[in-house]
Amino acid sequence: MEKRLRVNPVACAGHGACAELLPELITRDEWGYPIVADQPVPRGLRREARRAVSNCPALALALTRVA
Amino acid sequence: MTGITHTTALWYASRATGVVTLLLLTGVLLLGILVNRQGRLPGLPSFAVTGLHRNVSLLAVAFLAIHVITAIVDPYVTIGLAAAVLPFVSAYKPFWLGLGAISLDLIAALILTSLARARMSRRAWRGIHWLAYAAWPLAVVHSLGSSSDARSGLVLGVLAGSVLAVAAALAWRLSRAAREVPLAARAAATLSHMSARKADLR
Amino acid sequence: MTDSLTLPRPVLAADGPDRLPRLLPAAGAVPADLGAHLDRYGSLRYAGGPGRLVAEVAAAGLTGRGGAAFPVARKLAAAAEAKPAVLVAGNGAEGEPASSKDRSLLWISPHLVLDGLQLAAEAAGSDTAVLYVQRNPRLHGRLAHAIAERAAAGIDAARIDLVPAPDRFLAGQESALVSRLTGKPARPAYRPAPGLPRLAPGRTALVQNVETLAHLALIARYGAAWFRLAGTEAEPGSMLVTLHLADGRASVTEVPLGIGLADLLGLDAAAGDAGDGTVPSAGGAARAVLVGGYHGAWLSAAEAARLPLANVALRPLGAVVGAGVVAALPADRCGLAETARVARYLALESAGQCGPCFNGLPRIAAALDHLAGPRPDQRARADLERWAGLVTGRGACHHPDGSVRFIRSALRVFAAEAGLHEQGQCTGTNPQPFLPLPAGRPASDADWS
Repeated sequence: MEKRLRVNPVACAGHGACAELLPELITRDEWGYPIVADQPVPRGLRREARRAVSNCPALALALTRVA
Repeated sequence: MTGITHTTALWYASRATGVVTLLLLTGVLLLGILVNRQGRLPGLPSFAVTGLHRNVSLLAVAFLAIHVITAIVDPYVTIGLAAAVLPFVSAYKPFWLGLGAISLDLIAALILTSLARARMSRRAWRGIHWLAYAAWPLAVVHSLGSSSDARSGLVLGVLAGSVLAVAAALAWRLSRAAREVPLAARAAATLSHMSARKADLR
Repeated sequence: MTDSLTLPRPVLAADGPDRLPRLLPAAGAVPADLGAHLDRYGSLRYAGGPGRLVAEVAAAGLTGRGGAAFPVARKLAAAAEAKPAVLVAGNGAEGEPASSKDRSLLWISPHLVLDGLQLAAEAAGSDTAVLYVQRNPRLHGRLAHAIAERAAAGIDAARIDLVPAPDRFLAGQESALVSRLTGKPARPAYRPAPGLPRLAPGRTALVQNVETLAHLALIARYGAAWFRLAGTEAEPGSMLVTLHLADGRASVTEVPLGIGLADLLGLDAAAGDAGDGTVPSAGGAARAVLVGGYHGAWLSAAEAARLPLANVALRPLGAVVGAGVVAALPADRCGLAETARVARYLALESAGQCGPCFNGLPRIAAALDHLAGPRPDQRARADLERWAGLVTGRGACHHPDGSVRFIRSALRVFAAEAGLHEQGQCTGTNPQPFLPLPAGRPASDADWS
């Protein structure tokens, strides 16, 4: 089952913790906001992805299942 | 010279871990304010601020547990297990210990909701997290009233220093929040910033 | 928004009397009271109940007339299944400055909209509904009167509440409307999952544009086959269009979907290109045509002359029918300057919630403003493209996406103009702004409530 990272753009304040913890999938644009790669999270990165989700101070990152 | 008895050791342990817990709680609060304002600690990545906030809070809980357990086990004063979580039921200094119990209850709520953060709505989690601003002062007042230590010397210095640090951090947080551009004006602010730099559009 | 209601006069579309106009009177702009409404359309037949209505709407192929063109039957079916009862809202906010079809419809044929609202409420199993309308005292008075007329006649099953919409471009965005209904400012919300918008935990809302509701009221009376007598197979029915001719005359008219843009604007492509990229039209020479409003797209006048008002034909050129705004740009205006003015407005209309939007749109507007001036630095073009890529798909709503579509189409259609600007020239000889924009936009949070 695929999982994808999704950013809530209203909650996101551009802290950047997610991009630091998961640079393979998340980069920051020139204003500091996250650009999430448009691909499912590979199994090997699931743990890092969960860490990035729980470390977001704004609770703006989520790992959702995609059917 | 009297030797250090079993009871004295427990009593000292409880007071000492109490002071350490308070210091750690102060640290957690300061880090929490830093997280909220997207501040950074020099030389550390930004996830270090959230990580430290979380880890120091768990350390504080560990010391809090030792502080409470040593106080209960110590036969010198009568503090039952119930008094740790129910306010004002202790035989020894019920009022001051009661404040500590309330503070502990609030801290437990903070920790438990944070562990279950993914399962709650953001609003609910944030609402409960505001209780930190009640838990900390209760811990400070509990410290002041529970032990004669707090009225003199080093411990008083630690308490005073903690209160000053939190006051300064709060003032900083409020002043930053007051200067924040309201949502409705954000695009306009960017636009006027761009017009002011007509030559270089970056 | 001024207090006076300036309504364009409806114009009869060239079609048979038994097909069009449907929503508006045959001539004139006289508002229809309940009696006149019942005389013309007959009383509302709740033919067979909600399930039967949904099937009829599905057969009719009615899509939303608010801009997104979402199939109405699917929304109604979802609302019918949802428990507890869904809150039904008629969306008459019409935040698009170039569009006046919704308020025209509400002024002239309020009872069609109210009929549709009752039908939607019945399908959703709800006994209350909301009509969300621009903050205009005269219009509100008219609607309150119409609601009272119906209450006196005892024809309504659901109670209708009038809710004023803030005067902002995004006030009519679906989740912004829902936000406003819960007492919060009308700002778009993040919606990770598709489906009916959430009002509160466990409660959802059914939102339909007021014109869509009017069509619903007629489908309930006359059926799907009747509805399909106008329009095309893929895009059936009629639509209200706000026309802006090259001489500045504006009107609201009801047309069948698929009608040629040439017919709408009187574009005479056969007269031959004047060699300067302009085409004669009703109202003067036209340089370009804007279709779909400020989240729509520009077409060159020559392109527009060959195209119908239909998504299937417009999409390949990056355009959409949207909320039915069709505007001809006069030959004496600079398309880049007009687009830059609107881009600035669109940037200021950002809700300020999502970083990419409130950072990107103002920068894009500033870059476009630069390109609309003489001898622009070409870095502005590259920056604009980069920023356009950065804002697309990264907001909670489609404001950045729609704005970028509009701006990119301008860069395509007015490429020759951009070339002239590089040499310090411009075809625009008339500095008067053409595309309508509201005057004076204060930016305080209170304006969103």
